[in-house]
Amino acid sequence: MASAEPVIKVRDLTMGFGDFVLMRDLNFDVQRGEIFVILGGSGSGKSTLLKHMIGLYTPQNGHIWVAGADITTAEGKAREAILRRVGVMYQMGALFGSMTLLENVRLPLEVHTDLPREAMDAIARARLQLVGLGEFADFMPSEISGGMQKRAAIARAMVLDPEVLFLDEPSAGLDPITSAELDQLILRLARSLDMTIVIVSHELASIFAIADRVIMLDKESKGIVAEGNPATLRDTSDHPWVQRFLQRADSADSEERST
Amino acid sequence: MDKQAADSGQTFRYDATASPDACLQLSGRLDVHAVERVWSPLRRRARELAEGTQAAVTLDVGDLEYCDGAGAALLHALERDIERAGRQVELVGVQGLVEEQLTPYRELETVEPARHETRGGLLAQSLEAVSRVGQAAYSQFGFIGELTRALGSAVLNPRQVRWGDTFRVAEAAGFQALPIVSLIAFLLGVILAFQSAIAMRQFGGEIFVANLVAVSLFRELGPLMMAILLAGRSGAAFAAEIGTMKVNEEVNALKTMGLDPVRFLVLPKVLAGILVAPLLALYANMIGLLGAAVVMQGFGIPWTAFFNQVTVALDLSDLFTGLFKALIFGLLIAGVGCLRGLQTASGAAAVGISTTSAVVTSIILIVVFDGLFAVLFYHMGV
Repeated sequence: MASAEPVIKVRDLTMGFGDFVLMRDLNFDVQRGEIFVILGGSGSGKSTLLKHMIGLYTPQNGHIWVAGADITTAEGKAREAILRRVGVMYQMGALFGSMTLLENVRLPLEVHTDLPREAMDAIARARLQLVGLGEFADFMPSEISGGMQKRAAIARAMVLDPEVLFLDEPSAGLDPITSAELDQLILRLARSLDMTIVIVSHELASIFAIADRVIMLDKESKGIVAEGNPATLRDTSDHPWVQRFLQRADSADSEERST
Repeated sequence: MDKQAADSGQTFRYDATASPDACLQLSGRLDVHAVERVWSPLRRRARELAEGTQAAVTLDVGDLEYCDGAGAALLHALERDIERAGRQVELVGVQGLVEEQLTPYRELETVEPARHETRGGLLAQSLEAVSRVGQAAYSQFGFIGELTRALGSAVLNPRQVRWGDTFRVAEAAGFQALPIVSLIAFLLGVILAFQSAIAMRQFGGEIFVANLVAVSLFRELGPLMMAILLAGRSGAAFAAEIGTMKVNEEVNALKTMGLDPVRFLVLPKVLAGILVAPLLALYANMIGLLGAAVVMQGFGIPWTAFFNQVTVALDLSDLFTGLFKALIFGLLIAGVGCLRGLQTASGAAAVGISTTSAVVTSIILIVVFDGLFAVLFYHMGV
């Protein structure tokens, strides 16, 4: 059965730089169609873990299977085939400043498909419309706001209908309303377009709103301290650090409601 | 399920029936690979169906297992093709994923592109271009003024200069440039000596090669070559460094902390430029002479004879006019590099533009000033 197989399998992953070990022996799965959030304090290696999962960094030890293939050992064509099936939104959006939004979103299609130009334009425009930017297709990234740039970056990341969409800090630096809109967009993508979404974040309000499952990385123990549904973890975990992390989220959450 | 076949869009099928009713039935996995394969033929088929019937055309998508964004683009294009042929489309079996994927295409039909800032007519645009040139000139004069003031206050009150930064920049622009300056100056000396020796030999005057090389190196070529190298190495580096700081809003951070960017960033670089340029020119002169002396060995002129002739040929004024020019070139290069850095607009490409412009402007100014100095020194008789 294809659907029972996890989309991402991480086994015995040890990552670090040189002699420095950041995280040791990580093991977890990401199931098809879920919104999976990697949590952790600043400097705990969340973004580094993400970069390992998309093959930008080579682990010190261990393996990561993405969409059925091992990305830590894949090279050349095999690696390209994996990367074609994932989409990544980088922290700052990483839109190419010299291209319009339409050209940015069309680029993966130009690289990976033989579609006629007319079809590529139509797809790219529709993806921009999906993230609510249909009318801004001919704008340059510098002409739109930071939140819009992030949405455009999501449109670019998902233009090839990836099996897994990786989002690095999607709501960092956005106001609560814009980030709530972004959460809605992410939920819609996961639920209606059936994408698996992996998010690196520490925006607690949005984690409770969208995450199916979280893992929490801890710098001190160099490993995963908690794994599961965020609300369940908040109510049941007896790990003091997890409690502190999620309780604060809860208080922030209720403050938001009361004001 | 055969994953390979599923991945490459092989399970997608379409059946067209013209009678009794025109119907296009799609089934299987309509993904980007399938779309690549059928985009043109399927649309042609749809047009044929539409032209061959008087009634509506049915588009049955009920048997699609999967449809991605590209698939939705195709469905939408098919609908439009049929409508353009003047027939109604009946879309049958739209549910779930297909519907979700089609939504943005439907919405786009009514979306008006947002307007960019309105651009005026030709006259307004020309006026704007002229005013941009004027503003650029204004900001350059402003920069020259600020730089002069900063240099003046540095002379009056040397303690407020950031000497640590100055020497760090001087090391990068001066000491670390020695290998490349050595190579270029040595080869320049070799080439000059060779070219002139060939001509001089016809008159038996090989010894005068020393005069020729020494005077042209000290007065002209030493400072000039040094300046061009400095512009390429350090002028560009200054522009890129300050430009990147501008893009990252570090320059704004300085301003809000009450630090003057010209005093804080530009002054150390300009002082370093003024400091190292004459030194580099002097060094280039020496190495150039060495190169020439090596060549003259081959023409039977011994070391002592060569350097004796050099001391006879050279005047102190040759040395000092050259070094004075080098100092001015250093000021120009560092100043222009920093100015272009501060003028950087936003974005990654802007830093590249500033860097290019810093080098080009520096070289133009070097050549122009060199010409001015030639005239000036001639009339001063030095």
